[in-house]
Amino acid sequence: MRTFSPGRIAFVLFCSLVLLYLILPVLIIVPMSFSSTRFLTFPPPSLSLRWYQEYIGNAAWMQATRVTFAVAALTVLIATPLGVAAAYAISNSKLRIMRIIHMMLMLPLVVPIIITAVGIFFVYAKVGLVATMSGLVLANVMLGLPYVVTSVVAGLQSFDPAQEMVARSLGMSRLRSFFAVTLPQIKASVLTGSIFAFISAMDETVVGLFISGGQYQPLTKRMFTALRDEIDPTIAAISTLMTAASFILVLIASTRQKKNA
Amino acid sequence: MLALASPALLVILLLIVLPVGWLAWQSIYHDGFTLENYRRIFSEDIYWRSFSLTFEISLLVTLLALLLGYPIAYAASVVPKGWRVLILALVILPFWTSVLVRAYAWLALLQRTGVINQFLQYFGVIEEPLALVHNTFGTVVATVHILLPFMVLPLYATMQKIPNDLMQAGASLGGSPSHTFWRIFLPLSLPGVLAGTTLVFVLCLGFYITPELLGGGRTVMVSMLVSRNVELYNQWGAASAVGVVLLISVFAIFLIVGRFIPLDRILGQK
Repeated sequence: MRTFSPGRIAFVLFCSLVLLYLILPVLIIVPMSFSSTRFLTFPPPSLSLRWYQEYIGNAAWMQATRVTFAVAALTVLIATPLGVAAAYAISNSKLRIMRIIHMMLMLPLVVPIIITAVGIFFVYAKVGLVATMSGLVLANVMLGLPYVVTSVVAGLQSFDPAQEMVARSLGMSRLRSFFAVTLPQIKASVLTGSIFAFISAMDETVVGLFISGGQYQPLTKRMFTALRDEIDPTIAAISTLMTAASFILVLIASTRQKKNA
Repeated sequence: MLALASPALLVILLLIVLPVGWLAWQSIYHDGFTLENYRRIFSEDIYWRSFSLTFEISLLVTLLALLLGYPIAYAASVVPKGWRVLILALVILPFWTSVLVRAYAWLALLQRTGVINQFLQYFGVIEEPLALVHNTFGTVVATVHILLPFMVLPLYATMQKIPNDLMQAGASLGGSPSHTFWRIFLPLSLPGVLAGTTLVFVLCLGFYITPELLGGGRTVMVSMLVSRNVELYNQWGAASAVGVVLLISVFAIFLIVGRFIPLDRILGQK
């Protein structure tokens, strides 16, 4: 195996370049956010926290941040129990219709997001949910459900349902046996699902563009509008913070999975 | 059991089935039934151009993603564990970064005063900044970047299951490394290729953020046609019809590919 043929070197070089292409754009925002000048210059100028101060000092950005976190938190609170219940039903039922229900719960991943966004906008316009907090949360619950369902269905596959049967035969109700026996054993997959639902709500952009407005605009909508006009390095600071948040959450999810595996 | 699934199902019915159904209804009904919106798609140049451009870009992006992604997935499936973790981490980290953040990063890298142009000018490779963004080139570069993990992950999932014994058996029977790769490994990895290319192609058909931000208004993909008809021209019927044609294309592709490999194998990657 330890030969350094030209073909092998070319292969390693090619792979390294592709991996660089994958990771560089994600990393480049960090030095940009700490730059002291408005325009990115090469070589990099002196470091500063200017753009972070700009972000924290700006009332509109702060309001958008509060909206984003409120929406993501509420989304997780609603999508997690709904998703767990549905995943439990899918795993424990032999009804043919459950297969169809399972497929329908995956629809948010299949339908192009622009179509979902415009469709929800039409419906919200009729019922007066445009530019409301509840409208935003509901849409994100729908978008987050597939992540919870997929993760929990996978978790239940490696769980032996006989254990729950034992608890029930000893007199526990189905509900109690679920919380006492099943849930503790699938909690890593529940956590993973809810973390992905949180990240999905935090990053969601297209639906928010159409249905949010006024004081209930999430960060991503303000970022998108700002990006269309000019390159504001404040966005680099916000992007760095958002990316750091995603990474930490994904890290938590993956270490939890390993512990339970 | 049905009762347990019904709250989630209700959310799906109200927030995606009903909205998409409404969209479809609006595309054919406006003070009476009409196919006018569809007639326009197939007769007016701007619609036709946008659809063919979207399919061309999606095809190009899928091809590039396969060319870049296959070697990466192959490397991840043959290297020792430590390297594998590193490669997969480098694929998955961008995957969980907001699409908007990545589009912004590409804008910063590719624009006239961006990192790449400044770098090349600093070292005297070019005199004038190159037009790398606000065109189809910028859109494709960023879209391939965003969709590449969707190619690598299904490929890796398939390759990882190819038993190493088969390759060794091939080698022991006198096959050269390239011979065993082309005759054994490649054919066995084809289900992964199908899953990855389908996912990337379909996601690219409906892509909105990157063409909107990096296309500079010249690369009008179908999703932008939908949003412009809603936001700028208030043409909900026209927007709906374009959306329906896009949706039918996506479902048709899934249906055809679903005949060869199970669909949850494709969607499981997301």
